[in-house]
Amino acid sequence: MALSASSLKRGLSHTVDLIHDLKRTQIVQYAGASGDFNPFHTDEIYATQVSGYKTVFAHGMLVMGITGKMLTDYVGDGRLTKYGVRFTRQVWPGDGLKATATVTRLFDTNERKLADFDIVTTNQKGEIVLTGYAQAEVD
Amino acid sequence: MSGHKFPIEASHIKMFAHAIGDGNPMYHDADYAARSKQGAIIAPPTFLKANHHFDPESNLRPKLDQAWRGSGKYATTQVQQGAKDRLAPKPELLHAEQHFEYHRHLRVGDVLTPTTREGKTWEKLGKRSGKLIFSETITEHRDQNGQLVVTETSVGVVTEHVIEQ
Repeated sequence: MALSASSLKRGLSHTVDLIHDLKRTQIVQYAGASGDFNPFHTDEIYATQVSGYKTVFAHGMLVMGITGKMLTDYVGDGRLTKYGVRFTRQVWPGDGLKATATVTRLFDTNERKLADFDIVTTNQKGEIVLTGYAQAEVD
Repeated sequence: MSGHKFPIEASHIKMFAHAIGDGNPMYHDADYAARSKQGAIIAPPTFLKANHHFDPESNLRPKLDQAWRGSGKYATTQVQQGAKDRLAPKPELLHAEQHFEYHRHLRVGDVLTPTTREGKTWEKLGKRSGKLIFSETITEHRDQNGQLVVTETSVGVVTEHVIEQ
């Protein structure tokens, strides 16, 4: 199902709770699927003794991927034309994640209708871990 | 990252979708996908970053002919000599930004070839991390017909101090 432009207006927000207690196993799973085995994401001894972190932490791309699920569930399959983010804070095991898309612009080009969104993902403390934007084709 | 081939395969998409917690049948059910507007399994929007598996230059995965830097007998292979000394933590490259522009979405059966070029570099002073040095790389991913599928911009950052919250 794709979004219809008539159901959207500037300022409309869509929020989804995505993760309640991020497990180290999910970080390991993402490392395996993506091929990003940087040891500070999955290797506790390396992360604490070599890199100097309190523990391992999620790949930025895992957080962008989890946030992307909110987006594709909202705008529909194969509808995104742009998706970009800035990683503002690390995401640690045990964290919760909630993502919000807010409509910033609706416009037409010659061939299609498009919607622009602001994206924000926060952790269980309400701290912003990711900010970004997306653009999608709408009906 | 340039010149190698990244084949877009169904089981890889399924594993990737599982890892990001996405059970959308578009990513694993060929019959469902065949009946959809897309007509075939497509990849989640961030799937291109699974390219590390195929990039011969990637330093993010172990290589057959090199010692991996992760922990084993020692915290890292780089300190086998004098391993009793605690290492002073040193900042490593972190991912600061990621941008995708989709010309079309990836489908099972596509074979992508990336072409990467260096972009801008800049510096900033961070509150928690001291001096931050950013560097940008831009990658164009073309399909088996030479058509541009996705343009990707990735920004890495090296911090002066380790950021620990």
